[in-house]
Amino acid sequence: MPATYEPIATTTLGSVASSVTFSSITGTYTDLLLVIAVKQSGTPQRWTSIRLNSDSGTNYSYTSLEGNGSTAGSYRESNQTRGAINFKTSPTDWGQNTVHFQNYSNTTTFKTWISRGDAAAQGPVAIAGLYRSTSAITSMLITLEGSGQNFDTGSTFTLYGIKAA
Amino acid sequence: MIANQIAGLLTGGVVAPLSSYESIATVTVGAGGAANVEFTGISGSYSHLQIRFIARTARASFPDDNLAIQLNGNTGSNYAQHQLNGNGSAASAGGGSTLTDMRLGRLTGSTALTGNFAPGVIDILDYSNTNKNRTLRSLSGNDNNGAGDVTLMSGLYQSTTAVTSIKLFSQTGSNNFAQYSSFALYGIK
Repeated sequence: MPATYEPIATTTLGSVASSVTFSSITGTYTDLLLVIAVKQSGTPQRWTSIRLNSDSGTNYSYTSLEGNGSTAGSYRESNQTRGAINFKTSPTDWGQNTVHFQNYSNTTTFKTWISRGDAAAQGPVAIAGLYRSTSAITSMLITLEGSGQNFDTGSTFTLYGIKAA
Repeated sequence: MIANQIAGLLTGGVVAPLSSYESIATVTVGAGGAANVEFTGISGSYSHLQIRFIARTARASFPDDNLAIQLNGNTGSNYAQHQLNGNGSAASAGGGSTLTDMRLGRLTGSTALTGNFAPGVIDILDYSNTNKNRTLRSLSGNDNNGAGDVTLMSGLYQSTTAVTSIKLFSQTGSNNFAQYSSFALYGIK
């Protein structure tokens, strides 16, 4: 019997990498919680994004709320091939956030996430995301938006499982 | 451990060992929907409570709805709330006082994409301390592929009574929670 709240997998980058994947995620838990502390190794600055179940179709969307120290704003993207989970980082700017995936293994509802994070030089951000698929989440690919950018050495990615009664 | 501390700080502001997080009760709405979901008989065994949900209501003609909360069966004008909202193009803030419930979450309504249930996390910190009023906070959102919101909310219940029951319902009227909506209550020691 699984504990209520326990780590499933952790990755700490020993060298720069364009992506991190958690695969073979079982349906043992009720919710998943992804915790990341990352920065990118180059520029331009990119949002951190996620792709689920290796689905590269235009099935992702998100709405964000962010503050930059002087103003608050909101942003949205629809029909994307992946969805944002955190603000832009940089080679000198760590970003950390938590991403909640509730009821990730049911096969009757679309998969959604709610995220709260920050990038030190950018500010805080909250994100509501939607993956228009009823499939259980079995894998996560975490990348930077755009192409040609890498997560820097020392970036950490931890996936937790939360089991309801 | 470091990751756990980050999780605690960003999720609930609570740094706790994983073994201190326990499931108390879960309600998943069945066929026909439910007018409300209520957790009762909550003991004082924990330091904090957390509700994790995905939910949708039958609110007609709207893709969204709001989640309301009442504590300890109190329906008096003892509640207040504030929210910071992003709708995809602009941020806004609002609030209210002398309310009969607290709005503590964004939901999807009947015209949202089929299968789209809004996620959220609500924290009730120090819920059994009888020396201070009860305060809550939440993070929730209802992206609908071209519409929707993400919202940070705070709530106040002007009572020092320990929380022993929590009632959740649609704030916009007598709209049932849709089948498959799910609410899970956790205790953090």
